[in-house]
Formats: sequence, C-alpha cells, structure tokens
Amino acid sequence: MSEKFDVIVVGAGPAGTSCAYTCAKNGLKVLQIERGEYPGSKNVMGGVLYRQQMEEIIPEFWKEAPLERPVVEQRFWMMDKESVVTFGYKGLEWGVEPYNNFTVLRAPFDQWFAKKGIEQGVLLITETVVLECIVENGKVIGVRTDRPDGEVYADVVVLADGVNSLLGKQLGYHNEFRPDEVALTVMEVINLPKEKINDRFNLEDNQGCTIELFGDSTKGNLGTAFIYTNKESINIGVGTTLSSMIKAKLKPYDLLDYLKTHSMIKPFLEGGESAEYLAHLIPEGGFHSVPKVAGNGVLLVGDAAQLVNAIHREGSNMAMASGKMAAETIVEAKSRNDFSESSLNLYREKLYDSFIIKDLEKYKDAAHTFENHPQYFKDYVPMMNRAASKFFTVDGTPKREKQKQIMRSITGERGTLKVLQDMYRAWKAVK
Amino acid sequence: MSTKTIEEKQYLIRFKADKKSHLTVLDHDVCMTQCPDKICTIFCPAEVYKWEGLRMQVGYEGCHECGSCRIGCPYQNIKWEYPKGGHGIVFRLA
Repeated sequence: MSEKFDVIVVGAGPAGTSCAYTCAKNGLKVLQIERGEYPGSKNVMGGVLYRQQMEEIIPEFWKEAPLERPVVEQRFWMMDKESVVTFGYKGLEWGVEPYNNFTVLRAPFDQWFAKKGIEQGVLLITETVVLECIVENGKVIGVRTDRPDGEVYADVVVLADGVNSLLGKQLGYHNEFRPDEVALTVMEVINLPKEKINDRFNLEDNQGCTIELFGDSTKGNLGTAFIYTNKESINIGVGTTLSSMIKAKLKPYDLLDYLKTHSMIKPFLEGGESAEYLAHLIPEGGFHSVPKVAGNGVLLVGDAAQLVNAIHREGSNMAMASGKMAAETIVEAKSRNDFSESSLNLYREKLYDSFIIKDLEKYKDAAHTFENHPQYFKDYVPMMNRAASKFFTVDGTPKREKQKQIMRSITGERGTLKVLQDMYRAWKAVK
Repeated sequence: MSTKTIEEKQYLIRFKADKKSHLTVLDHDVCMTQCPDKICTIFCPAEVYKWEGLRMQVGYEGCHECGSCRIGCPYQNIKWEYPKGGHGIVFRLA
C-alpha cells in the first residue's frame, strides 16, 4: 500500500464520496478509505436527502439511486401530552421533477453513491480504520491505517471521518466537543405495509411525508423528534443535546419509547414491526463550532467540519456541497502543484461564501439561546396547545372574550414583560 | 411487534464484535469515588455501561460507536477508539 495518490479521502459518507467522486471525475488518482464493512454500515441519518446538492454531483440521480419517497408534505407538530398544534405544507410540485427532497435509507444509498465513485475511478477500500495522519514538517503527507504496512501517501488528505472526527482532533483543528455541541439521537426503522403508510399519512405510492415534532416529544428538552415515511417503513427518532440528556437524566431509548407510545403518535405505528435501532451524534454546535477546515495538505468536510444546520435539519446536503468544494479546490491546487495551507484555503473561501456558512452564521446563537432558555420548549408549546384548545372549543363565550382570556393566561403565567423578552430573544436568535 | 426494551432494540442489530474492547474506562476508582450519578449508564443509547458495585462493566460488543460516552463522561475517563476495521456495529438500513 505504499503507493502515492493525488488524494486520500477518509470516510465514505455523503461528504467523502462527493469529494472522491468529483476528484476522480477530474482525473485525479483517489483512494477512499472506509472503516465499515461497506459504505453506510456506520452511517446514520433521520432520512431526508435534498435534491439540489446531490444533483450538482450526479444529475438526475433520482432515476437510478435507491431512494424511498419524494417528500410532498412537511408537517410541524407542537405537541403536548394529549394534544398537538400542527402546521405544515403539502405541495404536489415537490412530487414531480426536479423534486425538493427524498426520504432515504442510508445503508443502501451510501453503497450506491460509493459505487458511482468507483465507476469514476475511485479506489475504495473498506474495513480499514485510519489511525492517524502522517505529518512531516507541518504538512499532512498521508495516513496510517490499521492494516499491516498500512501507510499510504497523497498530496492531499480529506477528512470526511464524521462527527467524531478523531483525526481532526489529533491535528489539533478542534478540541473535544462539549456536551451542548452535539445532539444524541436515536431512531427505529419500523416496517409497515405500503397501503397502511399511504392511508395513515394521506399519501399516494410515490409521495412521502415528514413530521418534525417539538415539545412533549422530547419531554420539553432542547431537541426534536421526527417521523419520516419510507416506501414500506417509517423512521421514527428523537434527539436532544447530550447536555440536556445528561441534565434531565434521560435514557434515550426510554424517550424513544415514550414517543412511540404517545397518544398522538401510536396510531401511526400500530401493527408495525421494528427492523433496526440506531444511535448517532449530530454536530449541532453550528457556526461557533466549525473548526479549522484547511491546513497544509489537509481539508475537513461534512460532519467532520461540523457542517449541520440543526434548525432546518440540513446536513447531508452541506456534506455533499462541502465535499464538492473540497474536490474543486484540490483540482485547482493540483494545477498549481501547490498543496500548502494558503493554496488549500480556497476551500475555506468557497465554504464561507456559500449557503453553508451563511446559514450557520444566521443561526449562530440559536442553539445557545434555546439551551439557556428552556421555556420555549417546556412552557410555550403547552401554552400554545391550551390556547388553541380554548379558542376552538365552542362553549358560548364570545370570541373577543376568549382572545382576552388566552392573552391573560399567557401573560399571567409568565408576566407580560417576560413574554415580550422571550419573543424578542427568539426572534433575534433566528432572524 | 414494536420494541419495548433496550434489549429488544439491540437484538435487531447486526454486530461483528472484535475480541478486544475499543472502549476503556481509564480509572474505575474515578467512577466509584467521584461520580455518584454514573451518568454514562443512563445516557448511553445502547446501555453499554453497567455499574457493578465496584467497577464499570463495559459491554462494548453492543456499542453504536456514537461517541456520547467520550464527550459526556464528566471526568474524561473513557478512552474511545474505533473498533478494528470491519468490526463493530453494521447498520443494514438507515
């Protein structure tokens, strides 16, 4: 294995494969290293894959990729113990080309995507852990793997090694995360016949629905839950920041079972068969947690660079876009034959100039605000439910009087000034 | 049937366990004397950590390799590595 490559990509998730694919397509000699038995065997995602960034890598991928359903409806639930306030959008324009997003199962999808890379000339080796980057005179020149004589060299090493990015930490590009910078999420895939899914979610065969749930879905802790429809299964999951999980002394699987047996959710799952249980961390530190992304002979992409927009549940799209930007940077660096930090910093410029860092920057204070002010999830969601119940219950009270009662009950519970402060703070965090 | 317990959930997953643990509790005394909550036994999504009165039992074979224990241990008392290539959890679906 002591050959030299143009590029070594560590990891075969969406970021790594986007990078490897694009490099190989541009004629570079690429080695991609995956620690799992196959690409996707270590990767977990709730299940929404956005069309735009994937299509920029493989045009019309939906014609051949193993996708589940195009999402035509996105629902948002503010859930209390025995009630829910809902909001959402369903649009048939999302059900036809070019589509907005799809539900996917990652193990089949990642294998397919990696195969597309191989077709472009990527050399993929699986079942191999990269133990460390080989650094010489301050420059990354290769990697050391857990194979015998497992040293390989390249002009550039791309770290697409996921949320834990032990390699990024070894290089000192980021410190160990704090528990409030990551969300611990658990999910189950529950098999259900197609007809039942279509009936229960009001869908046709090639239509999907996503539900994001707030409030009692995390017992009021900072986090969200989700229900996504696949062809013949449902992904249901829940996560909170690890710090919230620790503070509330929650067992994540108990929280998942609480959700599955919740009176608002149980009917969706009735008769379902659990097929898989998965746990994963999501990097949710946002803008402030993004590490150094370019160094001498090395780039960080995807989760390894903390590129997740938790507010909009976007991650795999940022992974793909960052992987592609890294590849384009490497292609340019190759033409200059300069792989120094200043040359590779072009990647950082591309990233900071794109929707990725712009969006992370927009929400840079959101997680912090909601973590430090638990009232949004704990108090306001139940309040909204009580208000809706009061407003829509016909009991002979004139509507204007009802409105007054609702306002009084909200300001009475927290105080008018506090409510105004809360509203202003939330607006500031997401504006 | 939908699962109810963590044992039932773990039973759904394919694992290719290595002979050697990729998780190491550095100092069991720290768990015993400094950590009354033993919070890893609560937040670990696979119930890998179980307190057995004197020391922490680490059931690494059922680990999801999520990294929570490394980050969440209040005493940075867990050495966390990836299992050997091709070993550990094998997700088949999502």
